[in-house]
Amino acid sequence: MKEFLEGSRAVAEIIKLCKPGVISAYPITPQTHIVEELAHMVADGELNAQFVNVESEHSAASVVLGAVATGVRAFTATSSQGLLYMAEVLFNISGLRLPLVMTCANRAISAPINIWNDQQDSVSLRDAGWIQLYAENIQEAADLHLVGYRLSEDKSIMLPVMVCMDGFILTHGMETVDIPQQEEVDKFLPPYKPLYKLDPAQPLTFGLLADPDYYLETRFAIQETFKDVLKMLPKINEEFKNHFGRDYKDGLVEEYFTRDAEKVIVAMGSVCGTIKEVVDAQRAKGKKAGLLKIISYRPFPYAKVYDALKDVPRVAVLDKAVSPGAYAPLAIEVKATFSGKKKAPKVVSSFVAGLGGRDITPESVKEIFSKLTQKEVSLEFIDLKPELLKEEYGE
Amino acid sequence: MESEPLFKPGHTACAGCGQALAARLVIDAAGSNTIVVNNTGCLEVFSTTYPESAWNVPWIHSLFENAAAVASGVEAALIYLGKKDTTNVIAQAGDGGTADIGLQALSGMWERGHDILYVCYDNEAYENTGIQRSGLTPYGANTTTTPPGAKSIGNICYKKPMPEIANAHGIPYVATASCGFPQDVQRKVKKAISIKGPKYIQIHVPCPLGWRHETELTYQIARLAVETGLYPLIEYENGKLAAVRKIAQPKPVEEYLKAQGRFKHLLNNPEQIKQIQEIADNNIQKYNLKG
Repeated sequence: MKEFLEGSRAVAEIIKLCKPGVISAYPITPQTHIVEELAHMVADGELNAQFVNVESEHSAASVVLGAVATGVRAFTATSSQGLLYMAEVLFNISGLRLPLVMTCANRAISAPINIWNDQQDSVSLRDAGWIQLYAENIQEAADLHLVGYRLSEDKSIMLPVMVCMDGFILTHGMETVDIPQQEEVDKFLPPYKPLYKLDPAQPLTFGLLADPDYYLETRFAIQETFKDVLKMLPKINEEFKNHFGRDYKDGLVEEYFTRDAEKVIVAMGSVCGTIKEVVDAQRAKGKKAGLLKIISYRPFPYAKVYDALKDVPRVAVLDKAVSPGAYAPLAIEVKATFSGKKKAPKVVSSFVAGLGGRDITPESVKEIFSKLTQKEVSLEFIDLKPELLKEEYGE
Repeated sequence: MESEPLFKPGHTACAGCGQALAARLVIDAAGSNTIVVNNTGCLEVFSTTYPESAWNVPWIHSLFENAAAVASGVEAALIYLGKKDTTNVIAQAGDGGTADIGLQALSGMWERGHDILYVCYDNEAYENTGIQRSGLTPYGANTTTTPPGAKSIGNICYKKPMPEIANAHGIPYVATASCGFPQDVQRKVKKAISIKGPKYIQIHVPCPLGWRHETELTYQIARLAVETGLYPLIEYENGKLAAVRKIAQPKPVEEYLKAQGRFKHLLNNPEQIKQIQEIADNNIQKYNLKG
């Protein structure tokens, strides 16, 4: 049924349909609306779940870890500092091979403290062993949770999924969203049947010490499974299309006018909507612009990106995060895509924008296209205010 | 006792390990319908080195500080599954994992009222990482981070009052125990799991390696701690002191101190021994242990 909903509400509605038995969260802006909605659903008896109000994000992640280990589907959500505080537990969840879905309402990292959107939080946790999927709009954010549970709980995967949605832009924005019927969701996402669980009838030991004779293979196994995710996501998205009618193709990337493009921007998340508008305008003027939207940042779909960009002469990568002292995070991946390959863009330029909630406007995107010349840009910040950079300290 | 031990032999604990002894007492008293959540520490390391496990009950280790939170999730899941009434949940950790790095998660578990027994195996230092001081290291002890020297008598802090902190949360059952009194440990565990809500038991467990005593003296040293008044065995029900183990004739603290290398530097220091005797005397008075 189509409804005009806030992004957080849409996510909460989808989570309700996924029937988690345990929900645990700690408040942090801009994640709060999601868990507040779920708390209301539990309080009103609309959702049969244990809602555990914890004293920190570290414990929120630990509670859902314990719940999934006991064989119950679970959910948590956080942002920014909360995600960093969870980091230790997040690595632990993937190492334990526990399936889980969480929402990251993307927000900047302190200091200076800033509650607005960029993607530094989740991007900083790219190595945590979580599948990371980025949403462009509210419908996608909602749908990615459904896809996420199916993927995570697949017996061949058993890895956690982080659905990343831009804070405020998507969590607090409103759109018309198609929320599916329970029966349809039940057909797509059957009840969680754990491969292993804490059960006195069959006592198992979880979380053992692995010495140098064994540890390396556990990491290798996760690395291998991420390859399987690249194969599994297209299959699940095909099923998703058959159940719900929305077609996300392979669910790894979205190609928007890339095939004959002369200039393509690569980006993740809500900024892709703005870029599409600019691409449309450029196309209307006969300029061959395009967008490659990365949905799956982990695993990174190198083959798909190669295929999409190998014949594009000029590529710009737009990051909403930085890796101080190195290329921007997404630019690193795009550059690595072409390492040792026969074909490659002549130029892969890197731009950083939108940190700490600075609006990325159509003008910002146009500027990126205009700066995408024959000369490769190593790394440039867009929309900087030069007057703020003049201040001097000390004698 | 179960016919098949729930904590099986063959693990790699040191000879004379008080924690291994206590852990077996606890799980045998709790029984096989128990899920155990273990913080990082000696017990986790010596009982679950892949591919072996000493545990014959469902057991999970996540991190150093989150057993209380993971156990909260286990308990919530059991409630959701309708299995809580037939399944015990025990969270357990060493003293550092409990009183220091795990205190926040533990406070949350207590305050939310989860039906979980939390067991702290108190060997009074970070023994697993090489005998560093914890919040439960006793006054005067020589640890690798509180070494005595020209300007130091060893650890200058007193033990963090965990039973009182537990009581302040209004939980229904709080007790201390000692592996020198095994039947008392088991009685307290059985009592605790018969009570709904959060429970806290802190068990004194000598560590021959860290305390530097002979491995065959674990039991005697644990008893001496109680018999001197330095480790009072107390039980609170609903915040009220319900029972204490009486000491007929309190022994001087020197008897306890002199058997352990960690206090050796104090033996020729009457002033410090007097100060430690005062700790024991205060306990005896506060909990009315004499009799």
